[in-house]
Amino acid sequence: MNNPTPSPVPATPNRDIKIIVNAGLKRRHAAERRFRWYGLIAISLGLAFVVLMFANIIGKGYPAFWQTAIQVPIQFDAAVLDPDGKRDPQALANADYAALVRAGMRQLFPTVQGRLESRALYGLISSDAAYELQRRVLQTPALIGAEQEIWLLASATVDTLIKGNIDRTLDQSERPIKDNQIEWVDQLQAAGKIEKQFNTVLFTSGDSREPEQAGIRGALMGSFYTLLVTFLLSFPIGVATAVYLEEFAPKNRWTDLIEVNINNLAAVPSIVFGLLGLAVFINFFGLPRSAPLVGGLVLSLMTLPVIIIAGRAALTSVPPSIREAALGMGASRLQMVGHHVLPLAMPGMLTGSIIGMARALGESAPLLMIGMVAFIVDVPKSLLDPATVLPVQIYLWSDLPERAFVERTSAAIMVLLAFMILMNGLAILLRKRFERRW
Amino acid sequence: MQSFLLFTLILLSIGAYYLGRQRAFAVAGGHIRNLHSLPSFYGSYAALWCGLPALIVFAVWAALQPSVIIDLVVAGMPPELRELPPDRLNLVVNDLKNLVSGNIVSSTPDPAMLEAANRYRNLQVIGNASLWVVVMALAIAGVAYAWRAISPALRARNRVERVVNLFLIISSTVAIFTTLGIVLSVVFESLLFFRQVPITEFLFGLQWSPQTALRADQVGSSGAFGAIPLFAGTLLISGIAMLVAVPIGLMSALFLSEYATPRFRAIAKPALEILAGIPTVVYGFFAALTVAPLIREIGTGLGLHVASESALAAGLVMGIMIIPFVSSLSDDVINAVPQAMRDGSYALGATRSETIKRVLLPAALPGIVGSILLAVSRAIGETMIVVMAAGLSANLTANPLEAVTTVTVQIVTLLTGDQEFDSPKTLAAFALGLMLFVVTLILNIIALHVVRKYREQYE
Repeated sequence: MNNPTPSPVPATPNRDIKIIVNAGLKRRHAAERRFRWYGLIAISLGLAFVVLMFANIIGKGYPAFWQTAIQVPIQFDAAVLDPDGKRDPQALANADYAALVRAGMRQLFPTVQGRLESRALYGLISSDAAYELQRRVLQTPALIGAEQEIWLLASATVDTLIKGNIDRTLDQSERPIKDNQIEWVDQLQAAGKIEKQFNTVLFTSGDSREPEQAGIRGALMGSFYTLLVTFLLSFPIGVATAVYLEEFAPKNRWTDLIEVNINNLAAVPSIVFGLLGLAVFINFFGLPRSAPLVGGLVLSLMTLPVIIIAGRAALTSVPPSIREAALGMGASRLQMVGHHVLPLAMPGMLTGSIIGMARALGESAPLLMIGMVAFIVDVPKSLLDPATVLPVQIYLWSDLPERAFVERTSAAIMVLLAFMILMNGLAILLRKRFERRW
Repeated sequence: MQSFLLFTLILLSIGAYYLGRQRAFAVAGGHIRNLHSLPSFYGSYAALWCGLPALIVFAVWAALQPSVIIDLVVAGMPPELRELPPDRLNLVVNDLKNLVSGNIVSSTPDPAMLEAANRYRNLQVIGNASLWVVVMALAIAGVAYAWRAISPALRARNRVERVVNLFLIISSTVAIFTTLGIVLSVVFESLLFFRQVPITEFLFGLQWSPQTALRADQVGSSGAFGAIPLFAGTLLISGIAMLVAVPIGLMSALFLSEYATPRFRAIAKPALEILAGIPTVVYGFFAALTVAPLIREIGTGLGLHVASESALAAGLVMGIMIIPFVSSLSDDVINAVPQAMRDGSYALGATRSETIKRVLLPAALPGIVGSILLAVSRAIGETMIVVMAAGLSANLTANPLEAVTTVTVQIVTLLTGDQEFDSPKTLAAFALGLMLFVVTLILNIIALHVVRKYREQYE
């Protein structure tokens, strides 16, 4: 009686399942499509933020790379500059150059009368113009007595007007520039005596209260010195730590403790490092506030975990056969590491360090704690001069209400981002060029 | 001056290296095989003897010299200056330093100060000169010792390697000292703070106005240190940030790992990670000058009252910043789920989204929770965005359209500006720092633990 039994499942319920499945299929596919769309929307949102931020900042910042200048006829009047005719540099430095600028402006607009009117007229030119003339005269004293058409920096309000950021239809009491000033600017523009020139001031001078004279050179140098200290400290120490933990350290409690510490330090908020810097370096060791040296110390403690973690990854990727071959040839452990393992791991370590340095370049919170947030006009010349760094300069400028400063802040951000892209690009290049698959 | 000394020392050490190597050749009679180590090790041995002791003395001397000079000068001052209370004495010393470095001093210096300044200058010159003499003598003595010690039997390699090993070990302890430094500095100052303000008031008080009175009769400056409004503000802003970052980050990670073609993924993933590389000050600028006015405009358009430094703006931008943390960490976790589990689900007829929801997410959940916790700790500790876009006044509110302040904002505002170091105002910043450190530490430990435990399941 071994008749093959027919299929144990009756035919009808089977069809039922099919019907149920088919009935739900549409709904399930719709849910599938919807889910897919959510994903696509999420990632597009993320990418849209990237584009939006860059567009926003570039749109605001690119006009700052140009700056309005006014061509003024300047008479280097010997009676004003050098009354006793001795060409004494001290006397020349202290002469009244603003008077030359004022005379030049009067020459442009001979009809302007009265103190208020004249004051408004002189207000078109930046107060830096006098120093510009002083620089020229001190460089070539032969200028005295001559007359020259000179491009002088316009004031920030004129610059803002020329760039179209002041609403001319407003009543003059509601805008920073008066009607008669606008009229003069229009006349100058019609005469071709106003020009937008490349903004060299932005890259050659330090901070200033006057937007048209404010530059990022001081901040750039501060960033440079700070990063120099950071690199000089964190790279050797980071590499040494990575080598010790990966190649020499016995596996015991002590090295476990070090590892746990490194991993935790990598996740400590940066501002806590600032507190450490304030309490230890400034209050305990008495190092000067606002100095790039202290900033570099704090940032190197922050960067260390990044370098150590990258360094260890680079060391583990070197195959053990290299080590065994070196030891087999009679090298000591240190020779094995120094001559073979470290050179092979170096590209990976450098890549990690550059990424760490890029992060340090953009860091500002801990530096606020140690006083690198002051208004500093002079460009720092050493590790102990008071200085600020580029991100902190951005923070400081972003607080100022003038439109011209908003522009400069965005321009400074563009410079900062350019440096970050450069560093990250270098890291990627390094990885592509030297990456080795074993 | 001191950097010049350092430079000279380095030059001397380089010279010592060649000297030591030559000496090794000489004592070996020109045959390297007679030597215990390679000649370069003898060179390094000599260089270390030349540079290291001198360098240590130099560092200690340079660190101590200023305070020793100050003590000597103060001891030589007339008694009416010497017996001032410590804080006044500090002012006098500062004046003195300014006088010495030729800066402008506030008042016309009296003869006692001028004399002290002269003593200061003299001592400085003497100190620097003797530093030169001592360091150079040590360096030369070191070279001389090495010169005499070098012989074919000298185990130069072992000695040099021992020094290098010591350097490696010392380097690796820097991480421990950093943690120790953080804990000690923050805890120490916090204890000082809690001596003045009871810890219960700090943890549970509802009033935060750290302005302490200069005079007793001033109004509204009693100095209240109840940190609850700060914690609430921090949580509100971080909460908004997580509401933005978790859905976007998680969905992006799911899309990139499950749906996207390899080419799309190769472009979109790094592009999304750009967000993680942008400095936070840039986000702050974006929040304060673009997002906050926009939200305010939309809000007024809808007839709502929106503060110009609303929590919403700061939280929103912070959320954007955190997207890549959530997405790349979750991406790692999702990719770690074995393919077999997906295949099994597909074989049962599940669609992709059903596989994701029913199989992938439950399997990856601990890891995703871990990554979200890490993102939360990041949000709590974030400083620049909130400093630039969130308010300063401590409101206890859950309304995202109002201005709130956070722990990090208060730390920054309390510590930038005036420099008295023992007022409860500045000490409060360290107490807040302690809270921040402890909370982020706990979050990180939990997150790392969860992630690690989960990984072990599949490996």
